[in-house]
Amino acid sequence: MDEFTLRLLDAYQKNFPLDEQPYLRIARELGVDENRVLQRLAELKAAGIISRIGPVFDHAKAGASTLAAVAVPKKDEAAVAAIINAFPCVNHNYAREHDYNLWFVVTAPDEDKLHDNIRAIEKACNCPVLMLPMEKAFHIDLGFSLRERATC
Amino acid sequence: MLNTAQQHALRLLIQEGLPLVSRPYACLAEQIGSDEDSVRAILKDWQESKLIKRFGLVLNHHKLGYVANAMVVWDVPDDAVESIAAKLIGFSGVTLCYQRPRRLPQWRFNLFCMIHGKNRADVLAYIDDIVQQQNLQHIEHKVLFSTFQYKQRGGRYAVASAGAA
Repeated sequence: MDEFTLRLLDAYQKNFPLDEQPYLRIARELGVDENRVLQRLAELKAAGIISRIGPVFDHAKAGASTLAAVAVPKKDEAAVAAIINAFPCVNHNYAREHDYNLWFVVTAPDEDKLHDNIRAIEKACNCPVLMLPMEKAFHIDLGFSLRERATC
Repeated sequence: MLNTAQQHALRLLIQEGLPLVSRPYACLAEQIGSDEDSVRAILKDWQESKLIKRFGLVLNHHKLGYVANAMVVWDVPDDAVESIAAKLIGFSGVTLCYQRPRRLPQWRFNLFCMIHGKNRADVLAYIDDIVQQQNLQHIEHKVLFSTFQYKQRGGRYAVASAGAA
Protein backbone atom coordinates (compact mmCIF):
# COMPACT_ATOMS: atom_id res chain seq x y z
CA MET A 1 0.00 0.00 0.00
CA ASP A 2 1.45 3.38 -1.00
CA GLU A 3 2.23 6.09 1.54
CA PHE A 4 -0.61 8.36 0.35
CA THR A 5 -3.21 5.60 0.78
CA LEU A 6 -1.84 4.59 4.16
CA ARG A 7 -2.00 8.17 5.41
CA LEU A 8 -5.49 8.59 4.00
CA LEU A 9 -6.73 5.42 5.72
CA ASP A 10 -5.01 6.11 9.04
CA ALA A 11 -5.72 9.80 9.49
CA TYR A 12 -9.41 10.09 8.62
CA GLN A 13 -11.15 7.32 10.54
CA LYS A 14 -12.22 9.91 13.08
CA ASN A 15 -12.66 13.69 13.13
CA PHE A 16 -13.46 13.75 9.44
CA PRO A 17 -13.39 17.40 8.29
CA LEU A 18 -16.70 19.25 8.45
CA ASP A 19 -15.44 21.95 6.08
CA GLU A 20 -17.63 22.87 3.13
CA GLN A 21 -15.13 20.99 0.97
CA PRO A 22 -13.82 18.22 3.24
CA TYR A 23 -12.02 16.35 0.46
CA LEU A 24 -10.18 19.52 -0.52
CA ARG A 25 -9.11 19.94 3.11
CA ILE A 26 -7.79 16.35 3.15
CA ALA A 27 -6.05 16.91 -0.19
CA ARG A 28 -4.24 19.96 1.19
CA GLU A 29 -3.22 18.10 4.35
CA LEU A 30 -1.81 15.26 2.28
CA GLY A 31 -0.28 17.48 -0.40
CA VAL A 32 -2.31 16.22 -3.36
CA ASP A 33 -5.23 17.63 -5.34
CA GLU A 34 -8.87 17.10 -4.50
CA ASN A 35 -9.55 14.82 -7.45
CA ARG A 36 -6.85 12.43 -6.34
CA VAL A 37 -8.52 12.12 -2.93
CA LEU A 38 -11.99 11.63 -4.41
CA GLN A 39 -10.73 9.11 -6.92
CA ARG A 40 -8.72 7.10 -4.38
CA LEU A 41 -11.65 7.01 -1.94
CA ALA A 42 -13.94 5.81 -4.73
CA GLU A 43 -11.45 3.05 -5.59
CA LEU A 44 -11.11 1.99 -1.95
CA LYS A 45 -14.90 1.88 -1.62
CA ALA A 46 -15.22 -0.15 -4.82
CA ALA A 47 -12.59 -2.58 -3.51
CA GLY A 48 -14.52 -2.91 -0.24
CA ILE A 49 -11.57 -1.67 1.84
CA ILE A 50 -13.67 1.28 2.95
CA SER A 51 -17.16 0.12 3.96
CA ARG A 52 -18.40 3.70 4.02
CA ILE A 53 -17.47 7.24 4.96
CA GLY A 54 -19.69 8.46 7.71
CA PRO A 55 -20.79 8.32 11.30
CA VAL A 56 -20.57 5.46 13.74
CA PHE A 57 -23.56 6.18 15.97
CA ASP A 58 -23.41 5.43 19.67
CA HIS A 59 -25.57 2.38 20.26
CA ALA A 60 -27.13 3.52 23.50
CA LYS A 61 -27.75 7.10 22.39
CA ALA A 62 -28.92 6.38 18.85
CA GLY A 63 -31.44 3.76 19.95
CA ALA A 64 -31.23 0.34 21.52
CA SER A 65 -29.03 -2.52 20.46
CA THR A 66 -27.64 -5.77 21.72
CA LEU A 67 -25.16 -8.43 20.81
CA ALA A 68 -27.03 -11.69 20.35
CA ALA A 69 -26.13 -15.31 19.69
CA VAL A 70 -27.78 -18.57 18.78
CA ALA A 71 -26.51 -22.13 18.98
CA VAL A 72 -27.52 -24.10 15.90
CA PRO A 73 -26.28 -27.36 14.37
CA LYS A 74 -23.37 -26.67 12.01
CA LYS A 75 -25.29 -28.07 9.05
CA ASP A 76 -28.11 -25.54 9.63
CA GLU A 77 -25.79 -22.57 10.17
CA ALA A 78 -26.05 -20.96 6.72
CA ALA A 79 -29.82 -21.42 6.55
CA VAL A 80 -30.39 -19.90 9.99
CA ALA A 81 -27.95 -17.06 9.17
CA ALA A 82 -30.05 -16.26 6.09
CA ILE A 83 -33.23 -16.16 8.20
CA ILE A 84 -31.54 -13.81 10.70
CA ASN A 85 -30.05 -11.62 7.95
CA ALA A 86 -33.49 -11.10 6.44
CA PHE A 87 -34.33 -8.90 9.46
CA PRO A 88 -33.43 -5.27 8.67
CA CYS A 89 -32.73 -4.71 12.38
CA VAL A 90 -29.74 -7.10 12.21
CA ASN A 91 -26.17 -6.23 11.33
CA HIS A 92 -22.76 -7.84 11.76
CA ASN A 93 -23.74 -11.49 11.62
CA TYR A 94 -20.63 -13.66 12.10
CA ALA A 95 -20.16 -17.38 12.44
CA ARG A 96 -17.78 -18.16 15.31
CA GLU A 97 -16.11 -21.23 16.76
CA HIS A 98 -18.31 -22.10 19.73
CA ASP A 99 -21.55 -23.94 20.51
CA TYR A 100 -23.06 -20.48 20.18
CA ASN A 101 -21.99 -20.25 16.57
CA LEU A 102 -23.91 -17.30 15.12
CA TRP A 103 -23.21 -13.87 16.61
CA PHE A 104 -25.08 -10.80 15.45
CA VAL A 105 -26.14 -7.32 16.51
CA VAL A 106 -29.81 -6.42 16.78
CA THR A 107 -30.87 -2.77 16.74
CA ALA A 108 -34.15 -0.95 17.43
CA PRO A 109 -35.38 2.57 18.10
CA ASP A 110 -36.00 1.70 21.79
CA GLU A 111 -35.73 -1.12 24.37
CA ASP A 112 -39.30 -2.40 23.94
CA LYS A 113 -38.90 -2.75 20.20
CA LEU A 114 -35.52 -4.41 20.73
CA HIS A 115 -37.19 -7.14 22.79
CA ASP A 116 -39.90 -7.46 20.13
CA ASN A 117 -37.19 -7.93 17.51
CA ILE A 118 -35.44 -10.61 19.58
CA ARG A 119 -38.73 -12.48 20.05
CA ALA A 120 -39.43 -12.27 16.32
CA ILE A 121 -35.96 -13.69 15.55
CA GLU A 122 -36.45 -16.50 18.09
CA LYS A 123 -39.75 -17.38 16.45
CA ALA A 124 -38.33 -17.28 12.92
CA CYS A 125 -35.30 -19.41 13.87
CA ASN A 126 -37.22 -21.61 16.27
CA CYS A 127 -34.47 -21.39 18.87
CA PRO A 128 -33.66 -19.24 21.91
CA VAL A 129 -31.52 -16.15 21.42
CA LEU A 130 -28.81 -15.30 23.94
CA MET A 131 -29.10 -11.53 24.51
CA LEU A 132 -25.90 -9.83 25.69
CA PRO A 133 -26.33 -6.05 25.67
CA MET A 134 -23.36 -3.86 26.43
CA GLU A 135 -23.34 -2.86 30.12
CA LYS A 136 -20.21 -0.78 30.03
CA ALA A 137 -17.76 0.27 27.32
CA PHE A 138 -14.14 0.44 28.38
CA HIS A 139 -12.80 0.94 24.90
CA ILE A 140 -14.94 1.87 21.94
CA ASP A 141 -14.20 1.64 18.28
CA LEU A 142 -12.01 4.65 17.58
CA GLY A 143 -10.65 3.36 14.33
CA PHE A 144 -7.93 0.98 13.40
CA SER A 145 -4.31 2.04 13.02
CA LEU A 146 -2.59 0.30 10.13
CA ARG A 147 0.83 1.49 11.20
CA GLU A 148 0.69 0.11 14.75
CA ARG A 149 -0.21 -3.29 13.40
CA ALA A 150 3.14 -4.66 12.45
CA THR A 151 2.79 -7.49 14.97
CA CYS A 152 -0.90 -8.25 15.08
CA MET B 1 -31.56 24.70 12.17
CA LEU B 2 -32.96 21.32 11.18
CA ASN B 3 -36.43 20.31 12.31
CA THR B 4 -37.07 16.82 13.66
CA ALA B 5 -38.11 15.39 10.31
CA GLN B 6 -35.03 16.81 8.62
CA GLN B 7 -32.77 15.42 11.37
CA HIS B 8 -34.32 12.00 10.91
CA ALA B 9 -33.92 12.23 7.15
CA LEU B 10 -30.28 13.26 7.54
CA ARG B 11 -29.56 10.27 9.78
CA LEU B 12 -31.12 7.97 7.23
CA LEU B 13 -29.07 9.47 4.41
CA ILE B 14 -25.73 9.76 6.14
CA GLN B 15 -25.66 6.21 7.44
CA GLU B 16 -25.42 5.20 3.78
CA GLY B 17 -22.22 7.24 3.58
CA LEU B 18 -21.03 10.73 2.77
CA PRO B 19 -21.31 11.42 -0.98
CA LEU B 20 -18.02 11.56 -2.89
CA VAL B 21 -18.57 15.01 -4.34
CA SER B 22 -16.71 18.24 -3.71
CA ARG B 23 -19.42 19.64 -1.40
CA PRO B 24 -20.98 16.57 0.24
CA TYR B 25 -22.73 18.48 3.04
CA ALA B 26 -24.45 20.74 0.49
CA CYS B 27 -25.48 17.61 -1.41
CA LEU B 28 -27.05 16.10 1.75
CA ALA B 29 -28.67 19.44 2.64
CA GLU B 30 -30.33 19.67 -0.73
CA GLN B 31 -31.86 16.21 -0.30
CA ILE B 32 -33.46 17.09 3.05
CA GLY B 33 -34.51 20.63 2.13
CA SER B 34 -31.97 22.38 4.31
CA ASP B 35 -28.71 24.24 3.85
CA GLU B 36 -25.06 23.28 4.02
CA ASP B 37 -24.23 25.23 7.21
CA SER B 38 -27.10 23.66 9.16
CA VAL B 39 -26.01 20.16 8.17
CA ARG B 40 -22.39 20.85 9.16
CA ALA B 41 -23.55 22.38 12.45
CA ILE B 42 -25.73 19.46 13.46
CA LEU B 43 -23.05 16.91 12.57
CA LYS B 44 -20.72 18.85 14.87
CA ASP B 45 -23.40 18.84 17.61
CA TRP B 46 -23.96 15.10 17.25
CA GLN B 47 -20.24 14.49 17.66
CA GLU B 48 -19.95 16.79 20.67
CA SER B 49 -22.95 15.15 22.36
CA LYS B 50 -21.40 11.75 21.52
CA LEU B 51 -24.47 10.59 19.59
CA ILE B 52 -21.84 10.05 16.91
CA LYS B 53 -18.86 8.34 18.53
CA ARG B 54 -16.67 8.67 15.48
CA PHE B 55 -17.07 10.18 12.05
CA GLY B 56 -14.83 9.15 9.21
CA LEU B 57 -13.67 6.23 7.11
CA VAL B 58 -15.12 2.91 8.23
CA LEU B 59 -12.65 0.22 7.17
CA ASN B 60 -13.28 -3.42 6.41
CA HIS B 61 -10.56 -5.22 8.39
CA HIS B 62 -11.08 -8.39 6.42
CA LYS B 63 -10.40 -6.72 3.07
CA LEU B 64 -7.21 -5.19 4.50
CA GLY B 65 -5.83 -8.64 5.16
CA TYR B 66 -6.75 -8.78 8.85
CA VAL B 67 -8.65 -11.99 8.30
CA ALA B 68 -8.27 -13.44 11.79
CA ASN B 69 -10.98 -11.83 13.87
CA ALA B 70 -11.18 -13.05 17.45
CA MET B 71 -13.78 -12.23 20.04
CA VAL B 72 -12.09 -13.02 23.34
CA VAL B 73 -14.44 -13.54 26.25
CA TRP B 74 -13.33 -13.58 29.89
CA ASP B 75 -15.03 -14.84 33.04
CA VAL B 76 -13.99 -12.08 35.41
CA PRO B 77 -15.06 -11.76 39.07
CA ASP B 78 -17.60 -8.93 39.16
CA ASP B 79 -15.47 -6.75 41.42
CA ALA B 80 -12.43 -7.09 39.15
CA VAL B 81 -14.05 -6.14 35.84
CA GLU B 82 -12.82 -2.55 35.88
CA SER B 83 -9.23 -3.42 36.74
CA ILE B 84 -8.97 -6.27 34.22
CA ALA B 85 -10.56 -4.13 31.48
CA ALA B 86 -8.02 -1.40 32.20
CA LYS B 87 -5.25 -3.93 31.58
CA LEU B 88 -6.75 -5.19 28.32
CA ILE B 89 -7.28 -1.78 26.76
CA GLY B 90 -3.62 -0.97 27.24
CA PHE B 91 -2.89 -3.22 24.26
CA SER B 92 -3.15 -1.52 20.88
CA GLY B 93 -4.40 -4.74 19.26
CA VAL B 94 -7.52 -4.69 21.43
CA THR B 95 -10.05 -2.68 19.43
CA LEU B 96 -13.14 -2.98 21.63
CA CYS B 97 -13.68 -3.89 25.26
CA TYR B 98 -17.18 -4.24 26.71
CA GLN B 99 -18.75 -5.61 29.85
CA ARG B 100 -21.84 -7.72 29.15
CA PRO B 101 -24.20 -9.67 31.46
CA ARG B 102 -23.74 -13.33 32.31
CA ARG B 103 -26.66 -15.56 31.34
CA LEU B 104 -26.32 -18.51 33.66
CA PRO B 105 -26.21 -21.40 33.14
CA GLN B 106 -25.78 -20.93 29.36
CA TRP B 107 -23.18 -18.17 29.40
CA ARG B 108 -20.80 -17.04 32.13
CA PHE B 109 -18.36 -14.75 30.32
CA ASN B 110 -18.82 -11.09 31.24
CA LEU B 111 -15.95 -9.22 29.61
CA PHE B 112 -15.53 -9.10 25.82
CA CYS B 113 -12.75 -7.75 23.64
CA MET B 114 -11.99 -7.86 19.93
CA ILE B 115 -8.60 -8.57 18.40
CA HIS B 116 -7.92 -8.47 14.66
CA GLY B 117 -4.81 -10.00 13.15
CA LYS B 118 -3.37 -11.20 9.87
CA ASN B 119 -3.63 -14.83 10.90
CA ARG B 120 -4.75 -17.12 13.67
CA ALA B 121 -1.31 -17.89 15.06
CA ASP B 122 -0.49 -14.19 15.44
CA VAL B 123 -3.71 -13.52 17.29
CA LEU B 124 -3.27 -16.50 19.63
CA ALA B 125 0.32 -15.44 20.36
CA TYR B 126 -0.87 -11.91 21.02
CA ILE B 127 -3.49 -13.17 23.51
CA ASP B 128 -0.82 -15.31 25.22
CA ASP B 129 1.33 -12.20 25.59
CA ILE B 130 -1.55 -10.33 27.20
CA VAL B 131 -2.17 -13.18 29.64
CA GLN B 132 1.52 -13.52 30.55
CA GLN B 133 2.31 -9.83 30.81
CA GLN B 134 -0.77 -9.03 32.89
CA ASN B 135 -0.83 -12.27 34.94
CA LEU B 136 -4.32 -13.24 33.84
CA GLN B 137 -3.70 -17.00 34.01
CA HIS B 138 -6.39 -17.35 36.72
CA ILE B 139 -9.08 -15.71 34.56
CA GLU B 140 -10.72 -18.22 32.27
CA HIS B 141 -11.04 -17.03 28.71
CA LYS B 142 -12.21 -18.39 25.38
CA VAL B 143 -11.17 -17.28 21.90
CA LEU B 144 -14.03 -17.26 19.40
CA PHE B 145 -12.52 -16.83 15.95
CA SER B 146 -14.94 -15.86 13.25
CA THR B 147 -15.28 -18.51 10.58
CA PHE B 148 -17.59 -16.63 8.23
CA GLN B 149 -18.97 -13.14 7.82
CA TYR B 150 -22.66 -13.49 6.94
CA LYS B 151 -23.43 -9.78 7.20
CA GLN B 152 -21.48 -6.63 7.90
CA ARG B 153 -22.88 -3.14 7.86
CA GLY B 154 -23.50 -0.22 10.18
CA GLY B 155 -26.56 -0.17 12.40
CA ARG B 156 -29.69 1.28 10.84
CA TYR B 157 -30.98 3.03 13.93
CA ALA B 158 -32.88 5.65 12.01
CA VAL B 159 -34.95 3.17 10.02
CA ALA B 160 -38.53 4.13 10.83
CA SER B 161 -39.79 0.55 10.73
CA ALA B 162 -36.86 -1.15 12.42
CA GLY B 163 -39.24 -3.76 13.80
CA ALA B 164 -39.41 -7.33 12.65
CA ALA B 165 -38.75 -8.07 9.00
